Amino acid sequence: MTPWFLLFGGLVVVGALGAMALRNPVHCGLSLVVTFVGLAGTYLDLGADFLGLAQILVYVGAVAILLVFVMLLTRTGRGESPEVRPGGWWWGGLVAALVAVGLVGALASVSGWKPRSEPMTFPTVRDLGVALMTDFVLPLQLVGVVLTAAMIGAAILALPERRGGRVGRTPKGEEPEQ
Amino acid sequence: MNPAQPYLFLAAALFIIGMAGALARRNAILALVGIELMLNAANLSFVAFWRHGPHPDPQTGLMFALFSIAIAGAEAAVGLALIIALFRHRRSVSLEAAESLKG
Repeated sequence: MTPWFLLFGGLVVVGALGAMALRNPVHCGLSLVVTFVGLAGTYLDLGADFLGLAQILVYVGAVAILLVFVMLLTRTGRGESPEVRPGGWWWGGLVAALVAVGLVGALASVSGWKPRSEPMTFPTVRDLGVALMTDFVLPLQLVGVVLTAAMIGAAILALPERRGGRVGRTPKGEEPEQ
Repeated sequence: MNPAQPYLFLAAALFIIGMAGALARRNAILALVGIELMLNAANLSFVAFWRHGPHPDPQTGLMFALFSIAIAGAEAAVGLALIIALFRHRRSVSLEAAESLKG
């Protein structure tokens, strides 16, 4: 356990607690950024350089920005009170505590851990690129297909609907039922 | 205490916080944030096992985490598009606004 682990681990836990417990959704999004940066630091501390930078690019640069944009797009003006459903923390805390007992019990009872026999060789970005283009080329192509499908699907879902469009959709400008 | 254990405990803490939040928050965006936290916890354990596991392969664990990040990006995009569609129909991102399938 290194000082870096304590620093970044602290960032991760504090940021996650803030992201889940703060009242203002935008503050939650910014607290999430702290968690992602802490995780990127933990990856760097573990020796996964490229993964740490990818974490910053993908999560801080894309996912967190997207989250904040959607928060701003879906503001109604009237306060969404209360932010937590009635009894929500009780139920969520109960389920999470049960999972915690299972996970921590399993982790604490690990035995017979074999240390690495030979010293670790850290792959460079070049090694990773070569591996992606040779051994992992099929998964890489499949991920490309998945990302394309997700992008098209997200655009279709988020596009404004046309009048007389698909059945069961609310025309624009009308108040939805209920 | 094996060297991967602190990281695994950190991943467990992250997973539990995300799960409690995803179950408790009423805002659909913040439930999605909780799911993102759980995904990141899984990623952290991948990297910890890659670094400290007994298997000598230097790349496979990293690749696992890398592909997992890509899939998480797709998941966030689709989830947020769904939230925008929900907001367009119900004028709210509260999860209780999406209860028309309730029996």
